[in-house]
Amino acid sequence: MTGLRSIAGLLIAGVLIAGCQQGIPKEALQLTPQTLSDRQMQTRKFETRDEKLLLQASAGLLQDTGFNIDESETSLGVIVGSKDRDAMETGQVVMAVILAGLFGVYTPIDDEQKIRASIVTRGYGDEDTPSYTSVRVTFQRIVWDTQGKINKVQRLNEPKMYQEFFDRLSKAVFLEARGI
Amino acid sequence: MKAKIAMNKKAALVVLAVFAVTGCQANSKDQLFATSASQVQLRSFQTRAFDTTDSENTLRTVIATLQDLGFVVDKADLDLGTVSATKLDGYLLRMTVSVRPRGETQLLVRANANYQQQAVEEAGPYQQFFTALEKAMFLEAQEVS
Repeated sequence: MTGLRSIAGLLIAGVLIAGCQQGIPKEALQLTPQTLSDRQMQTRKFETRDEKLLLQASAGLLQDTGFNIDESETSLGVIVGSKDRDAMETGQVVMAVILAGLFGVYTPIDDEQKIRASIVTRGYGDEDTPSYTSVRVTFQRIVWDTQGKINKVQRLNEPKMYQEFFDRLSKAVFLEARGI
Repeated sequence: MKAKIAMNKKAALVVLAVFAVTGCQANSKDQLFATSASQVQLRSFQTRAFDTTDSENTLRTVIATLQDLGFVVDKADLDLGTVSATKLDGYLLRMTVSVRPRGETQLLVRANANYQQQAVEEAGPYQQFFTALEKAMFLEAQEVS
């Protein structure tokens, strides 16, 4: 009994000291060895100084892929877009059904997600020197489960997403330049 | 009598537990202006001066640095000189960075961050941010007192 009581006491003391506060992770604002490779994956250079053309093409691409544009500031080369989509995955549904069948428990599964993208352009070089404009895109998402709770907050960092984005962007730039 | 003492103990435990969960907050509306660090101290953590007057280039470098750190931009405004961005990485970290002139030759860059539902009020994270920023700026971030 004393043992139990002292454990409970310790637990309460622990909660009192820590509260619900969890500080910011040490690496949250730190450049890591991965920073450079992430930057390369998320960036493409275009041999033009026409930043506006690239922004227009990017806005067109966001629309092509079902994003709405939330925010834009052309003078800083920024476009922000988002879309709300279904997040249900077959694997999770199957697991939930099995658990419900075997143990009669309800397991919340991923339901909805908001995907966000920001596209940033930047020109390099002077008027006379050979120059280019870079386009960098970053994606992230928030996933809610079937109880309406936030289940995942993450960046989307798979190389093939960025590969596909830039393949499509090249086409969009081509179309934009031809006024299609 | 014994039962009464046991009851009291239980009640005390419940009160303790409630305090543990809620902290000592009497009115949640007080959060509007609540900070724990002093205003002057907070500003010195959050602010650096750079020897440049090019606020557009500085803002663009701030945006690039935020992207390097894994943020997605929420909002940017050249006239106001502000950028806001969010990082999602198992947690939610929101940052606003503002740029404004200081005298004839310098710009002041100020950053403030919110981690989950709390203001970041330690010096360390801001120091890290400015270290990343000064690398991208090719300029030294000078502390302002």
